[in-house]
Amino acid sequence: MSLSRRQFMGAGVAAAAAVALTPGLRLIELARARSPEEAASSLQRWGLLVDISKCHDCDACVTACKTENGWYGHDRPETDPEWIRKVTLRDKQTGYVETLPVMCQHCEEPPCVDVCPTGASFKRADGIVLVDKHICIGCRYCMMACPYKARSFVHEDTTHQKSYAPRGKGTVESCTLCVHRVDAGRIPACVEACAQDGGKAMVFGDLKDPNSEINKHLAAGPSTTLRPDLNLNTGVRYRGV
Amino acid sequence: MKTAKLIGCLLAVVLVSSAALAAETDKTAAIGPVIKIYKGDKCVRPTEFMRRNHMQLILHQRDETMHEGIRTEKYQLTNCVDCHANPETNSVLGKDGFCESCHEYAAVSIDCFSCHSSSPEKTGDTRKASVSGPKHLIDMMQTSTVPVSGASEGPR
Repeated sequence: MSLSRRQFMGAGVAAAAAVALTPGLRLIELARARSPEEAASSLQRWGLLVDISKCHDCDACVTACKTENGWYGHDRPETDPEWIRKVTLRDKQTGYVETLPVMCQHCEEPPCVDVCPTGASFKRADGIVLVDKHICIGCRYCMMACPYKARSFVHEDTTHQKSYAPRGKGTVESCTLCVHRVDAGRIPACVEACAQDGGKAMVFGDLKDPNSEINKHLAAGPSTTLRPDLNLNTGVRYRGV
Repeated sequence: MKTAKLIGCLLAVVLVSSAALAAETDKTAAIGPVIKIYKGDKCVRPTEFMRRNHMQLILHQRDETMHEGIRTEKYQLTNCVDCHANPETNSVLGKDGFCESCHEYAAVSIDCFSCHSSSPEKTGDTRKASVSGPKHLIDMMQTSTVPVSGASEGPR
């Protein structure tokens, strides 16, 4: 063993912290955290479960996304970017109203990737669908192909971009599932905000890990994708739609 | 007499042109790029290498990060900006900006900052967290009630 004193201490602290926290989930996450040198792997697939019955009439997730990723509007709804939005559903028979957040659904078979002429729209090994803005020519085919209206075109000059979420005029953008956070072993900003200020309606996790929190939730009750008829096997699933 | 005149003329021409040349070289020396280093002792690679190859490093890192999620810190664009931004303008752009002054001198357009931020980020830097360890682990250590100092004394 050639552990330095510092490494040994660090491991001790981590182990103590992990044991002291009651949910076993933390332990699993610890084992799974990726180092910065390690590439995203297809052994994981990141997903979201949104429980509509817990989703109140708030927009904590939308606000958190704006703050985290630095996108904002100019009071021009036709052209303003929208990475995540709240959609209101009203039952015409009964008048019952429910709301749900809609963002990029991170399809297993993404139509936006199929139609992209340059390869800018792509799916990462761990299932996160992204736009490589270095290659994007702003043709907006992907926006037309997306059945969820999840993508936006940047019509105006951008300022105050976040270092981890660059965005520029003339390219298409959408929810990245907070890929910079996921790579650092954290959960997306919307999920965090929903747990803190919202109705705790969102669960994030690895769909390929049978012991993950999201898989336990999915196994425990019914859930569906939006537009299941399209067979896109989205990474974002909803309960109670 | 005629030859002397000719030689005189030639001499004058040579003198004038050399004077003009000297003025020219003075001028070029004066309009060079502004290279001021504001932070850090040395770059991630030797200066000579960086002058010619910084774009290759950034390009390589760009594709790795974007497509594979590899987020090593060494060749990050954010790193360039952090060290080289002018503290007065808080930017690498502008007349005296590290990036723009040289790119303008070399007549090479610079596209990075139409999307990327040209200012160092002061708050909410998740990058540091990803380098020094998983964020949730750091959070746990900072917020949990575990007697961290006691635990670190333990394995002695």
